[in-house]
Amino acid sequence: MYTYDTLDQAIVDTRVDEFRDQVARRLSGAMSEDQFKPLRLMNGLYLQLHAYMLRVAVPYGTLDSRQMRMLAHIARKYDRGYGHFTTRQNIQYNWIKLEQAPDILAELATVQMHAIQTSGNCIRNISSDQFAGAAADEVTDPRPWAELIRQWSTFHPEFSYLPRKFKIAVIASDTDRAAMRLHDIGLQLVERDGQVGARVFVGGGMGRTPMIASEINGFVPASQILSYLEACLRVYNRHGRRDNIYKARIKILVHDLGAEEYASQVAAEHAALAGLDLDPPAAELARITAMFASPAFEEDAPTQVDRSDPDFAVWVDQNVLPHKRAGYSIVSISLKPRGGIPGDASADQIDVMADLAERYSFDELRVTHAQNIVLPHVATRDLPALWTALREAGLAEANLDLISDIIACPGLDYCSLANARSIPLAQKIGERFGDLGRQRELGELKLKISGCINACGHHHAGHIGILGVDRKGTENYQLLLGGSGAEDVSLAKITGPGFSEDGVVDAIEKVTDVYLARRQGTERFVDTYRRLGMEPFKEAIYG
Amino acid sequence: MDSATEEPCVTLEAFLTQDSATAVRLEAGDDARALLPHVARLALVEVAFPTFRDGRGYSAARMLREAGYAGTLRAQGDVLVDQVPLMRRCGFDAFAPQAPLDAAALSRAENRYQAVYQRAADARAPVWKLRHG
Repeated sequence: MYTYDTLDQAIVDTRVDEFRDQVARRLSGAMSEDQFKPLRLMNGLYLQLHAYMLRVAVPYGTLDSRQMRMLAHIARKYDRGYGHFTTRQNIQYNWIKLEQAPDILAELATVQMHAIQTSGNCIRNISSDQFAGAAADEVTDPRPWAELIRQWSTFHPEFSYLPRKFKIAVIASDTDRAAMRLHDIGLQLVERDGQVGARVFVGGGMGRTPMIASEINGFVPASQILSYLEACLRVYNRHGRRDNIYKARIKILVHDLGAEEYASQVAAEHAALAGLDLDPPAAELARITAMFASPAFEEDAPTQVDRSDPDFAVWVDQNVLPHKRAGYSIVSISLKPRGGIPGDASADQIDVMADLAERYSFDELRVTHAQNIVLPHVATRDLPALWTALREAGLAEANLDLISDIIACPGLDYCSLANARSIPLAQKIGERFGDLGRQRELGELKLKISGCINACGHHHAGHIGILGVDRKGTENYQLLLGGSGAEDVSLAKITGPGFSEDGVVDAIEKVTDVYLARRQGTERFVDTYRRLGMEPFKEAIYG
Repeated sequence: MDSATEEPCVTLEAFLTQDSATAVRLEAGDDARALLPHVARLALVEVAFPTFRDGRGYSAARMLREAGYAGTLRAQGDVLVDQVPLMRRCGFDAFAPQAPLDAAALSRAENRYQAVYQRAADARAPVWKLRHG
């Protein structure tokens, strides 16, 4: 894991001081709310329906037990005893007092954490593969690159007032576990002639105009990646639309210019930046990479485990994945218990996960964009003990990637932008498909719910997506099918007229029935949909 | 902050047709690249910030400095305390805010960060330079 040196620490400590000063100037009236808003957003502080929400950065989703315990502490001391893990691999607290926000940042800084650029029209927290460093299929660990980019983007003087927010993801496998092509910039690290470089994809995103990012460069070497990103951002900062907030994301610019023209403008800008010494020496990436070295795995650790307890065996089959190292496993902890709020965890549960990471996972945890937690490096022999402890804490739901492993935005229960509630709908779907056997029969089925067109719940990327809208003052839910945020990226299509809350649950059941009746071989739901097209599903729902 | 006898700024369009002008004002939507061939004869570039949220001027400033512009670079308009340090890093060295800035808050803001993460148009060395020389 990355550990701050005195320079990193000084920057984060100074940020606390700066924000305290800004809050004081706001509270004294020296600064208007209009002037203060972008400053607080760049510290992750939103004004929601009932209170301030604070979004704390978890860079590329990686944290240690000490940091995890701090998150529990903040939930207890400053919030209502829980936190909400987000699709950007961060955590947010929904009941924060503005006056206390600087104190929270000061507490976070003691464990090398912050809320820098978790909102606002700037470069946001860098996201990555939650299995980085543990997956067998990666070319290299993508997190050192993500950390290099995190540092470069922090308080970037030229790119702090962009036309709109800017999200970057870095992955290093052909399997995309980070929805890379639905980011403003997605980097896929690849190897060429023994060198690691990045394929660069630009202009993806969800929101009201979903788009899949286009590849604009097949290989940017590590030695040029920051200057190349600088060029990408500069073209956007200069030419991105500022007249209409809904057309201000880079995806609109890339779409309007065409990916080829955008790429050539970036190339020209990049050429102009050569010789300005913008890229750190190789020693800097090497310094960071050294901190992400593999933990001291045990040689010849046992690869088999007693599966005689059927509940344990189901959990292993569903939530445990192979590790790059024999005798180790990657464990996903579902934050989607039946009847629960997707992504929520109590302070006590956060502490339990911290303890278990310390004991069983070389002190490491990950937050996933699907709002779950991962223990990346668990000795396979420890799985039974880990499962027992998780079960005692209500954290052993065996539903990873099943229909009840739902991504949902906070919706109208919290968010001032929402048109409809997301959480109660997620709970109803979880109840309807409650039987785990039935869920496993349906197999991988990614269901994603957004409470408004801004698409924070990634409904465009759901095998089944649900979009909440306001229809003449009542909540109405549109159903979408066929999206994916993975390497088979695609945008979901709307089935037709919307439904009531109960109506959309019925409709989901009908489309899953079509799948069960018509699937072939090992097809997943989305594969069957792609083969058959929309018609048979539409027929079942509306026919 | 500025000399009372300075030459008045002309628009970018006028500048490009007048061989004698040495002071120009860039509106937020103007393309600063048009000035790059002329940086040697320029003494003043004023960059407009119609609202503090419009960040195009930061890129304009940096591009001018990168092209070797050594004259005065002035930020004019909705320039606020918390933007000034970023503007300095992008190469601005003069400020004409439309509303006066709180001098004490500005002084705190300008002296706050002892380290920066990235190279920009100022002389500050990024942390990687401090780490590796």
